[in-house]
Amino acid sequence: MSRLSKMSFSTIMLWAGMFFLYAPMLILVIYSFNESKLVTVWGGFSPKWYGELFRDQQILDAVWTSLKVAFFASTMAVVLGTMAAFVMTRFKRSWGKLTLSNMITAPLVMPEVITGLSLLLLFIHMADFLGWPKERGMLTVWIAHSTFCASYVAVVVSARLRELDLSIEEAAQDLGATPLKTFFHITVPMISPSLAAGWLLSFSLSLDDLVIASFTSGPGATTLPMVVFSSVRMGVSPKINALATLIILTVSLIAFICWYLARRSERKNLPPAM
Amino acid sequence: MKRPLKFRLPKGQYWTIGLPYFWLLLFFALPFAIVLKISLSTAAISIPPYESLMTYADESIQIMLNLGNYLLIFDDSLYVQAYLGSLKMAFITTLGCLLIGYPMAYAIARAPKKHQGLLILLVMLPSWTSFLIRVYAWMGLLSNNGVINNFLMWLGVISEPIQMLNTNFAVYIGIIYTYLPFMILPLYATLSQLDGSLLEAASDLGSRSLNTFWKVTLPLSKGGVIAGSMLVFIPVVGEFVIPELLGGPDSLMIGKVLWQEFFNNRDWPVASALAIIMLGLLIIPITLFHRYQAKSMESDL
Repeated sequence: MSRLSKMSFSTIMLWAGMFFLYAPMLILVIYSFNESKLVTVWGGFSPKWYGELFRDQQILDAVWTSLKVAFFASTMAVVLGTMAAFVMTRFKRSWGKLTLSNMITAPLVMPEVITGLSLLLLFIHMADFLGWPKERGMLTVWIAHSTFCASYVAVVVSARLRELDLSIEEAAQDLGATPLKTFFHITVPMISPSLAAGWLLSFSLSLDDLVIASFTSGPGATTLPMVVFSSVRMGVSPKINALATLIILTVSLIAFICWYLARRSERKNLPPAM
Repeated sequence: MKRPLKFRLPKGQYWTIGLPYFWLLLFFALPFAIVLKISLSTAAISIPPYESLMTYADESIQIMLNLGNYLLIFDDSLYVQAYLGSLKMAFITTLGCLLIGYPMAYAIARAPKKHQGLLILLVMLPSWTSFLIRVYAWMGLLSNNGVINNFLMWLGVISEPIQMLNTNFAVYIGIIYTYLPFMILPLYATLSQLDGSLLEAASDLGSRSLNTFWKVTLPLSKGGVIAGSMLVFIPVVGEFVIPELLGGPDSLMIGKVLWQEFFNNRDWPVASALAIIMLGLLIIPITLFHRYQAKSMESDL
């Protein structure tokens, strides 16, 4: 009995919190089907803003730019983050290792304005001294996103690497596999779920980033959050409601598919392990 | 970890450590040195809009360090207020996230094991959809002819709309809303690893549930509380987007001021000095977070 009364407060808070998290998004989705141009006045059901959205070339271009940047940035972030995680978990404690792990976790909390400002100033200096990059655009946004996403990948992957049974890797090496071969044939398959998780996390972080992209991009590369931000600053627009709904639906769908696959593979693996 | 891997990666080792090291040195550490350098230079009407620190004339190298930007910032009450405003905003929203997030994390950690994954997914899901869009959702809710005001007027609680959008209240709501998942995740991580037998022992010894919570659960979850608080506090100090969209003219935050100095006034040295001082203020929380991070990595071994 005491358990029930103790739980009730936190359980109520859980559901109240969930309501707090989801109600605004739900209302946004409902209003995306609003006929009226005034976002807050209900003028009847209509999908017309979706049509408007797909005719807006500026938004479509920005979506494409964002997807490209996010794809390449998350791929690079997985490479960098995995290497850093490997160093952090498998190498001897040393001065170099400590510096690396400090540098890789710092972007997790660093205020975005500071990261963005410092990267922009770096690119300007590099252009002065090296003549590269000539102008800021997709490449510089890619570098910036790869850097901060690598932190998240490193955290996710190192958690998994720490759980792994080292003896399998050692057995492979005792049997004559080179370290590189061991890594790709033994370690990578075992950590592949966390690599996928790190990639997806980086992808969504990169798609979502406004501040760092605003600092590091040039005239040629406008990402979706930058377009949304400038149009939202002008005032609320029903087209953005439609866009928001599509984003929410896509992300929820991907998240639930991932969750379902993870749960299924867990179930498959559980019985023999028990 | 016990075996120093001497036989492993004889040459590859340098690559494995070298590439991420070089990348982070170049794209993370070096930029801060540059910000520091520019913060010590003088603004000028040129491209780039500041003067070089070093001048070479008459066979002598002169290095001019200009502390004027820092003095200006400490002299001008606007900047000082912006820093104080940011710290206050970060403190209150961190407390708010903690008060809402702790019970939620606790409830998830106590839920049946098979539901925990789904519940955590539900908490994290909003933070994977666009951050900007979640702030935008609140613009529609809080505006004068928005959903909340219309609803309250329909109920008859109020006769004319309350001004909510473009106030500090809206900024508080927006920040707590967007940062709540970052508080819940580390709290859940520590609470779910809590040894249940300790709680049982406490109740066997006659401790009442509230007492057990204060004396056992809360102290044991201290690491999660610190990590979650730092994950909210530090980025909020530099927050720019939320006060820009939801706040009014009186919601002065340092991230917003920095942005305006850089993009609108094009005063790069002052913007850099603002960033350096912000980092200085954040040194203690950042160190706290790193210590927790290092400790949780050690304890996993």
